[in-house]
Amino acid sequence: MTNELDIFVGNTTLIDEDVYRLWLDGYSVNDAVALRVRSGILEQTGATAAVLQSDTMDHYRTFHMLERLLHAPPKLLHQLIFQIPPSRQALLIERYYAFDEAFVREVLGKKLSKGTKKDLDDISTKTGITLKSCRRQFDNFKRVFKVVEEMRGSLVDNIQQHFLLSDRLARDYAAIVFFANNRFETGKKKLQYLSFGDFAFCAELMIQNWTLGAVDSQVDDMDVDLDKEFLQDLKELKVLVADKDLLDLHKSLVCTALRGKLGVFSEMEANFKNLSRGLVNVAAKLTHNKDVRDLFVDLVEKFVEPCRSDHWALNDVRLFLNQYSASVHSLDGFRHQALWDRYMGTLRGCLLRLYHD
Amino acid sequence: MPGKLKVKIVAGRHLPVMDRASDLTDAFVEVKFGNTTFKTDVYLKSLNPQWNSEWFKFEVDDEDLQDEPLQITVLDHDTYSANDAIGKVYIDIDPLLYSEAATVISGWFPIYDTIHGIRGEINVVVKVDLFNDLNRFRQSSCGVKFFCTTSIPKCYRAVIIHGFVEELVVNEDPEYQWIDRIRTPRASNEARQRLISLMSGELQRKIGLKVLEMRGNAVVGYLQCFDLEGESGLVVRAIGTACTLDKLSSPAAFLPACNSPSKDMKEIPFNEDPNPNTHSSGPSTPLKNQTYSFSPSKSYSRQSSSSDTDLSLTPKTGMGSGSAGKEGGPFKALLRQQTQSALEQREFPFFTLTAFPPGFLVHVGGVVSARSVKLLDRIHNPDEPETRDAWWAEIRQEIKSHAKALGCHAVVGYSESTSICEEVCILSASGTAAVLNPRFLQDGTVESCLEQRLEENLPAGCGFCHIPYDELNMPFPAHLTYCYNCRKQKVPDVLFTTIDLPIDATVIGKGCLIQARLCRLKKKAQAEANATAISNLLPFMEYEVHTQLMNKLKLKGMNALFGLRIQITVGENMLMGLASATGVYLAALPTPGGIQIAGKTPNDGSYEQHVSHMQKKINDTIAKNKELYEINPPEISEEIIGSPIPEPRQRSRLLRSQSESSDEVTELDLSHGKKDAFVLEIDDTDAMEDVHSLLTDVPPPSGFYSCNTEIMPGINNWTSEIQMFTSVRVIRLSSLNLTNQALNKNFNDLCENLLKSLYFKLRSMIPCCLCHVNFTVSLPEDELIQVTVTAVAITFDKNQALQTTKTQVEKSLQRASTDNEELLQFPLELCSDSLPSHPFPPAKATSVDYSSFADRCSSWIELIKLKAQTIRRGSIKTTVTVEKASPMSEGNFRNRSAPPCANSTVGVVKMTPLSFIPGAKITKYLGIINMFFIRETTSLREEGGVSGFLHAFVAEVFAMVRAHVAALGGNAVVSYIMKQCVFMENPNKNQAQCLINVSGDAVIFVRESELEVVSSQPPTANCQSSCPGGDVTT
Repeated sequence: MTNELDIFVGNTTLIDEDVYRLWLDGYSVNDAVALRVRSGILEQTGATAAVLQSDTMDHYRTFHMLERLLHAPPKLLHQLIFQIPPSRQALLIERYYAFDEAFVREVLGKKLSKGTKKDLDDISTKTGITLKSCRRQFDNFKRVFKVVEEMRGSLVDNIQQHFLLSDRLARDYAAIVFFANNRFETGKKKLQYLSFGDFAFCAELMIQNWTLGAVDSQVDDMDVDLDKEFLQDLKELKVLVADKDLLDLHKSLVCTALRGKLGVFSEMEANFKNLSRGLVNVAAKLTHNKDVRDLFVDLVEKFVEPCRSDHWALNDVRLFLNQYSASVHSLDGFRHQALWDRYMGTLRGCLLRLYHD
Repeated sequence: MPGKLKVKIVAGRHLPVMDRASDLTDAFVEVKFGNTTFKTDVYLKSLNPQWNSEWFKFEVDDEDLQDEPLQITVLDHDTYSANDAIGKVYIDIDPLLYSEAATVISGWFPIYDTIHGIRGEINVVVKVDLFNDLNRFRQSSCGVKFFCTTSIPKCYRAVIIHGFVEELVVNEDPEYQWIDRIRTPRASNEARQRLISLMSGELQRKIGLKVLEMRGNAVVGYLQCFDLEGESGLVVRAIGTACTLDKLSSPAAFLPACNSPSKDMKEIPFNEDPNPNTHSSGPSTPLKNQTYSFSPSKSYSRQSSSSDTDLSLTPKTGMGSGSAGKEGGPFKALLRQQTQSALEQREFPFFTLTAFPPGFLVHVGGVVSARSVKLLDRIHNPDEPETRDAWWAEIRQEIKSHAKALGCHAVVGYSESTSICEEVCILSASGTAAVLNPRFLQDGTVESCLEQRLEENLPAGCGFCHIPYDELNMPFPAHLTYCYNCRKQKVPDVLFTTIDLPIDATVIGKGCLIQARLCRLKKKAQAEANATAISNLLPFMEYEVHTQLMNKLKLKGMNALFGLRIQITVGENMLMGLASATGVYLAALPTPGGIQIAGKTPNDGSYEQHVSHMQKKINDTIAKNKELYEINPPEISEEIIGSPIPEPRQRSRLLRSQSESSDEVTELDLSHGKKDAFVLEIDDTDAMEDVHSLLTDVPPPSGFYSCNTEIMPGINNWTSEIQMFTSVRVIRLSSLNLTNQALNKNFNDLCENLLKSLYFKLRSMIPCCLCHVNFTVSLPEDELIQVTVTAVAITFDKNQALQTTKTQVEKSLQRASTDNEELLQFPLELCSDSLPSHPFPPAKATSVDYSSFADRCSSWIELIKLKAQTIRRGSIKTTVTVEKASPMSEGNFRNRSAPPCANSTVGVVKMTPLSFIPGAKITKYLGIINMFFIRETTSLREEGGVSGFLHAFVAEVFAMVRAHVAALGGNAVVSYIMKQCVFMENPNKNQAQCLINVSGDAVIFVRESELEVVSSQPPTANCQSSCPGGDVTT
């Protein structure tokens, strides 16, 4: 006796959150059944393994049918086939678009192309996330990217409108899209200590200040592409380190202000020129795409690592960066105050976030 | 030309991509009604076209309005080749044809294609302008309301219940026409869908005409079915109960003076068969002599190897019995005379209702059923309905005579069904023989206050149990006792019925679903040999199903079955029987005896041990069940009441029948104390199996109850969460060594596992009850068994305090009335004197305070009406969204600009097989929903196999029902039923086909919590009494 056909259809579509999670995690029906058995559900409910198998199959089938709709969440809200309460719809969408930290760190900043998709096998082995789940997450990134890539208006708003994600998740996706578009390198060994949250934080600051949208909210791609003109202009900052007088003046201003306030004053004083050169050179190099990609590598190499090796406390870094940015306003010979603020304001925020172990 | 149909095509959305090159679609719409077709412009390159068409106007007869569906076809324009059809929408415009229902149909309809399923949606507005037509010879019956609900709909009052209406139409099945060889499956499916839709419309119109002839204005308990006979045709048939309904909101409804019933009744000719009593109409009944008819005694009396307890146990003389005998006899005769006048003129005094207005049902006799085996290839003139009409007339005649044998003039809870396999067809009909109160069958306005006063003083909850037949001249052997409630009248020891539990019945504890399942192998045979084989098997199946039911009922410690439905399904090589019912313990009936196990081989120690072990297990199970279902009847001291029940006797000996002859067994004293024991002999493996299967039925997990009636006896405090579902399972039997036992076990496991799965799936709703559990079995192929279940899970409040106090009050009332005999004596005498002038038999009446209750209810409903109107004016959508708004979605979409679509989410439409929605009031009936769909696939594997295919299809059917209800302005379907789910597969060809037929009543409901705001008085008392039982039908 075998079940040739076995279905259950409710007027309100039944969603089992636990089974949904197993499905999202890419487990096969049999694995999912085994995992459910291990969770002790049989003892709790007095059900048999056959019942569990049938139930799991049924849920998987439902999820499979829902997946097509989840690819365009507004469709899920409008469709008539599955009657699902709005809170459940939101849950389905949110969980479907949720991603694993381990996975996102692997693909963040990579081109969302077929080539990367082929590497998913390796990512799966490395992270222990099932290939199926990796594919879903990758496809989600790619789908969101494709939809919002060339849209005008706020990136986060666009994502929210087209994918009905929560504010939090939409911000994360904005970061992913921004990183993928600008191809920031995040995979280097040096950067391994950074979490997705660190990058997402930087992305948000950069979107707010460095993109086209920061100056004009009516252009296409406004939130995804960096403001090329701004990057060109950044060359002008070079004078801060190239002009020896200016550099010395800058240093003395910072040192005077921070004397006695910094735990690592002497180290700062000794390293000032190196650090300043590093920060300004990063800015000057941003005209080249290649160097844009290496932004985070450079920041860590040129600033985070030197400070860390001298055991700067986070508060010291904050005081230093504040003073370092502010003192430029007192440099009479320097004419690019606004540019400096646009650059340093964001960079200061990013550096503070990146500065941890 | 009395009607103008106006249609506007507004827009489409989510259309499929029809042009691969552009990934877009150039869609336009054809709107067809009858032979007229209109087209919209082509909306180029869009998946969300905005046609915003003009109003397409069709000027049509109202006859066509009733028969024809509105056909909307969405196509993709193609300059060079033929336009591709995207899909269709059929809209039944019937709900627009009566004034009180919907006024406009407007909304998004899924675009359906029989090969691809739902492909996007289309927004349509439909209106009808009807002109008054005074032509008395008209063929239409616009204005007659149809209800699937098998009780008087909630916002109506039954003025007169006229009685049975039936109709049947036949047509050639498009799938069997020659043209089917050359046309596409899609064309063939569409032809079939259209034909059935047309036939349903015609059928409904014809039934409506009959109702108008009877001077009724509505059909309640409308049940339409179709029979796919194959070569011989496609039959659509329907039965229902004609009524004159009165909307409760209209305060004074006076009937036209011409409404004298006796005159009208004579005018009810059944047009098609003026003389259906002549069964032997020659060639039309080729199998006349093989027709198996089912005697009422079998369906009713207890079956056991010990035979029935002899009546001598009941003393014929004694204090109580003498008077009752004297009273009962002439009284019953009088009653008979009264009802005769109302019912005799009717050809078939049948009622498809299962729940009745208080006081309608006087006595219940028991289940009557009839079956007959017919050969479809012997139909003389397959395209004409005569032969089938004659078949059904014959069966109905049989039912009528069975009812008569039980001393009843009417049959309630009546239903008909068929099972077809190749050329063999089993026709079945069943119902509950009953004696009715003629008041409702005649002019309802004549209600004397006297009667009402009498009713107040009479004991409640047992009248319907009292036997309607003469105890000295019983139609079958039965064990009678005096009613445990009133002690006045005789009651049987068990009661089987097809109706819902009457609301005034006193029940102890809770009820439960009881099923009997049975398979019988049958040799493959052809034509008459096959029919004979089936006819010969039927009585055995009936007998065994009945025995199983009885055993299981006793095992549960209960004494009555409600909602009994026995389905016999015929297949190529087997017959299946599935009986479902809800068991309860009626306080009026005696406590059921236990089950005795008897072994055959004596002097065998180990065997005896085994027997006693089994016995112990059974006794334990009974005890456990009594506890589980809270069955603890009050111990009534017999001396106090002067019970006529025999003195408790010592059990003479443990029964071990030495002989197989049942005659001898009857001589043994089986009385188990005062209770009557039920004996099972386990002298062969068959019986052993039976005992085992009895014990393997697992009770539902704690927190779950199940029943197949409208509501669960013993649970009153429903909360508002409901979940209707359909579950389908098909098993393949291993063809090797198929024996009856193996088959039975497989079938039993299938049903049990299915139930277990349901309990597991719905565990989040605990505590809850599965109501209206409806199993259907079919045998699509040799080795396949298909079981389809539709039911609704309803949550309830575990705190049952209210309910228990209620029953206690009731009990004390009963006590009072039984103690005080003098009080009772008076009205009885009075009424026997005044009987000729008062046709209503007071002794059997219920004690519902009819008038005041009605007043309270109607005033309550007035309030609801008011509120409902205000709510509707302020848009019902808002109430829906408020209900749905969850903290999560609010939180998610807060600060940012809200998603553009959030405001236009789809409104929730509830679906339920019940006639009510817990915690809500139905404020308006919008019309009947009756839909038929075919789905076919040639890429079965790609669609997820048979399960994927059917899962998607059932979900789509639900979606289309909901969309139609929403378009009518409704927010729920009540009395929903999936009447057919025919599934065929051919995995080798990667093909499958499925046909589904569903129906229900579209309604608007308003939550009680929303109503409470307006009500000045605390409504709890009213709710408590009215919502669960659905008794606001006064």
